[in-house]
Amino acid sequence: MTTLTADLPTNYLTKEHTIASWLLTKDHKRIALLFFASITFFFFIGGFAATLIRLHLVNPAGNLLQPDIYNRMFTMHGIVMVWFFLIPSIPTTMGNFFIPLMIGARDLAFPRINLGSWYLFNLSGLFLLYCLFVGGVDTGWTFYTPYSTLFANGHVIPAAVAVFVNGFSSIMTGLNFVVTIHRLRAPGMTWMRLPLFVWAIYAVSVVMLLATPVLAMTLALIAIERWMGVGIFDPSLGGDPLLFQHMFWFYSHPAVYIMILPAMGLVSELITCFARRPVFGYSGMAYALMAIAVISFFVWAHHMFVAGISIFSAVVFSLMTFFVAVPSAIKVFNWTATLHKGSITFDAPMLYALGFVGLFTIGGLTGLMVATLAVDIHVHDTYFVIAHFHYIMVGGTVSAFFGGLHYWWPKMTGRLYPEMWARVAAIVTFLGFNLTFFPQFILGYLGMPRRYYAYPPDFQVWHVLSSAGASILAVAYTLPLLYLGWSLIWGPRAGPNPWRATGLEWLTSSPPPQHNFARTPIVKAPPYQYNPADGSYVAQDGSVHA
Amino acid sequence: MQWVPFWPRDASVTAQSIDMLTIGELALVVVILGFVFGLMIVFGLRYRRGSSADRSHLVEKTWHWEIGWTVGSLAAFLVLFVWGANMYVWLYEPPPADLEIYVVAKQWMWKAEHPGGQREINELHVPLGKSVRLLLTSEDVVHSFFVPAFRVKHDVLPGQYETFWFKPTETGRFLLECTQYCGTQHAHMGGVIVVMPQTEYARWLTIQGVHQSLAQQGEALFRKYGCSGCHDPNSTVHAPSLAGLYGSIVHLQNGETTIADERYLRDCILLGASRILPAGYPPVMPAFAGQIGEDDLIKLVAYIQSLAQTQRASR
Amino acid sequence: MRSLAPEPQFATLEQQTETAQLGMWAFIATEVMFFGALIFTYMIYRVTYWEQFRLAAHDSQILNGSINEALLLTSSLTMILAINYGKAGRNDRLVAFLLATAFLGLCFLGVKGWEYVEDYNSGSVPSMNFLFKSDYHAPTELFWIFYWISTGFHTLHVTVGIGLVMLLAWQAHRRKFSPNYFSPLEVVGLYWSFVDTVWVFLFAAIYPLGRAVT
Repeated sequence: MTTLTADLPTNYLTKEHTIASWLLTKDHKRIALLFFASITFFFFIGGFAATLIRLHLVNPAGNLLQPDIYNRMFTMHGIVMVWFFLIPSIPTTMGNFFIPLMIGARDLAFPRINLGSWYLFNLSGLFLLYCLFVGGVDTGWTFYTPYSTLFANGHVIPAAVAVFVNGFSSIMTGLNFVVTIHRLRAPGMTWMRLPLFVWAIYAVSVVMLLATPVLAMTLALIAIERWMGVGIFDPSLGGDPLLFQHMFWFYSHPAVYIMILPAMGLVSELITCFARRPVFGYSGMAYALMAIAVISFFVWAHHMFVAGISIFSAVVFSLMTFFVAVPSAIKVFNWTATLHKGSITFDAPMLYALGFVGLFTIGGLTGLMVATLAVDIHVHDTYFVIAHFHYIMVGGTVSAFFGGLHYWWPKMTGRLYPEMWARVAAIVTFLGFNLTFFPQFILGYLGMPRRYYAYPPDFQVWHVLSSAGASILAVAYTLPLLYLGWSLIWGPRAGPNPWRATGLEWLTSSPPPQHNFARTPIVKAPPYQYNPADGSYVAQDGSVHA
Repeated sequence: MQWVPFWPRDASVTAQSIDMLTIGELALVVVILGFVFGLMIVFGLRYRRGSSADRSHLVEKTWHWEIGWTVGSLAAFLVLFVWGANMYVWLYEPPPADLEIYVVAKQWMWKAEHPGGQREINELHVPLGKSVRLLLTSEDVVHSFFVPAFRVKHDVLPGQYETFWFKPTETGRFLLECTQYCGTQHAHMGGVIVVMPQTEYARWLTIQGVHQSLAQQGEALFRKYGCSGCHDPNSTVHAPSLAGLYGSIVHLQNGETTIADERYLRDCILLGASRILPAGYPPVMPAFAGQIGEDDLIKLVAYIQSLAQTQRASR
Repeated sequence: MRSLAPEPQFATLEQQTETAQLGMWAFIATEVMFFGALIFTYMIYRVTYWEQFRLAAHDSQILNGSINEALLLTSSLTMILAINYGKAGRNDRLVAFLLATAFLGLCFLGVKGWEYVEDYNSGSVPSMNFLFKSDYHAPTELFWIFYWISTGFHTLHVTVGIGLVMLLAWQAHRRKFSPNYFSPLEVVGLYWSFVDTVWVFLFAAIYPLGRAVT
């Protein structure tokens, strides 16, 4: 097995040891680990809020938390999970670590901007923590006006500033990836030889670049309105509350695709590797990623079907929403077809990937229901929608995140994780997740509204089931923390390519050396050249492995 | 649909149709899920590592399959889209209703005003089998009027009227919920829609202790706020006549035309000459924003609505 | 004296230069969306409150706005000249024209500051000092809100631009640039031109409204 590393004695982890070498690093791999730390911290904050919410909702009278506190809890859960976990999760960790490796580059195009993005992320986190400590905000993560600008008695401005700054972290990351993928591909790495994960990060970065600034402006406007008492969205001063919703969702709809596209790219890596065969329909998959990114900009008002937009607008946006579902459907069918005539094993990354396909499909199909105008009238702003988007974001993105984390764990850390525990965690996650969120579809159709701290007693049985599932999920998400941490010290050392995968990242040592490759690789093969019949594969540098 | 264990009650004409659509979609969901899950399980078993299945000749021309399932998905999606859009238009373009009721939302209660002047808080009495059109507005933030049993919902905005309709098919008491976060007591901004047989409803109306209809109260306000000073037929000010105005087409100064519906009337009163100027009139009408509350506005609009039937006075 | 080696992630200096340019274009795309969102919102309100916005815009200071337009357009010219001199190796002219660009930018800030003071004195600052003249209704305040927010953000961007240009002038003085290496000049030039272009759009949106010869 050839690798492109000479006998390099040090790797990116061991090369330098000082704190300054971490906090002032330009190495994309170290920055990825810095981001891992930050987003994990916020994941637990968001998870803590979710825990309190589910504990509170066991009782219809809602006695555990004061109403004001409950309202601030769901707002915090949304803000933290959306901007401080899901949006950065895969791009800033695995994207940062692996995009240069997968395209055969030594680093991203702008390493200092990469580090700056991490600092901005933490600065935004400080604003958010400040907001939390002084009492939080209760507007929901959507900040609807005029409640947020004129009536809310929480700390709207610090929250808006936190998200504003966070947006610039996003923009810097996206800019870096777009430019890197355009300009730093190794010789022979044509666009149509890029691994689908790279395509996904590219698509997501374009969306980040173009959508996030609109959010920044929207937040700036509500902060100014609240601070100065002017009436940009205040109807009594001539403003239009619906205009806020349009501006907010113009970003926030593409944002949900920011959250799912990297996961889709990741899943393509996992399924091909563990089914040992090329992806079914590579170019269809790549074009589908780009199509989702583009069409996602034209569907935003499907969040406003009952808000008071014109019937004509609603019809147009519903149609566009059905269009955006088509490339997603193509991807699901292609992933399924990639299993055909494969040679499949069920290691933890594959379990997470298969779980993704199942849960994402459920989420996506219920998305069709919400896209249907007349049905949405009934289920909008109920738990049906909550279930729909949690199936996509948690069942989808978080599953893919864990799948990728396990898949690339040996490469990043040089250690193998304990496979049995990982499979247990994957299965418990799948079961706990369904128990948590499936009852919420039923709750929603029955008429349980969102953001309610108390509810009619008839709904209690579903809430209890959901909370039981949440407790299982909590265990499932804690398990990896334990055994992955264990593996850092006691796990067996990993070779360069424990999974026998075809990407360029597997041609370097585990962990990689500081500058990734001793010599720039020359790419001679497309990705995923696995042969399921005899287990051989061709790596992307052209080397054949029996 | 009550034979399904956890299906909500349906109590309106539109509820049944929406349920049909939902069932149709669920059927498609189950079919697609079955297809995907089934294949995943079959392939996962058949092609697991070490099995003796034939793995040669992987499909080269994947395009055929991809175009197939793309077209198939798109066709199915378009059917759902058209079905749902059609129903949406039916729901949100109210036909002429038997009964129009004004609803004002505020933190954290619902106020309903019947045309006969009857007022309710957090309750709405309506007759069985009659189509009811609601005109909703908010006094403060965005709320949302949701009756699960009727499968109807509409956001309620400050500063304008929104409208939709329903037609109850069962008597009883049905949960009303606010479903747009509106502050601390959002979860307790609920109420009850009480559907009564028509005779009982008629009796209920008479025992509310109301002496004046909305329109009659509006006429008094019309004088109190000085509207008659300009809009009275004998006034010396050249102001548009309001007789027959409601429902007619108005030509605006900027060349556009609009229908003089509730929203138009409300905007004229609140914004005066700053916003909507009918062609041929000087911009002298003052804006009453901030001076007339939602309750009084409703009565004024109801009064102008009632003038739709009177003859046009000579000027 | 200083080595012209590219950074480690680049194979050649040319690759580094092209990458820097693409990076600035990508950044400009984000700025277009940022200002675009604001201008779009302004346009929605302008179309809704046509009369009131015309009335309000009449009080904007078109003379100051026009002077600023001329200043910025000229500064784009000096910037382009600076870049050309840099490419040609005429270092002292490079420094001179960079300083001229920065100077014109500072003049813009000065005129803008003067305009802001005048706006304040004439009661055009919503919520702080706003005079509702006769015929004014609430939407006139909306015009002025957008005036202050859009020109405020733009002024911020001009300030950043001036900083960048002065940094370049300092680096040019230290002989950092040559016909073989002038990429930062082009990249900052791109940014400066963008800031200029935003002003062209803002000027057209704000000042001429309500001043047609009728």
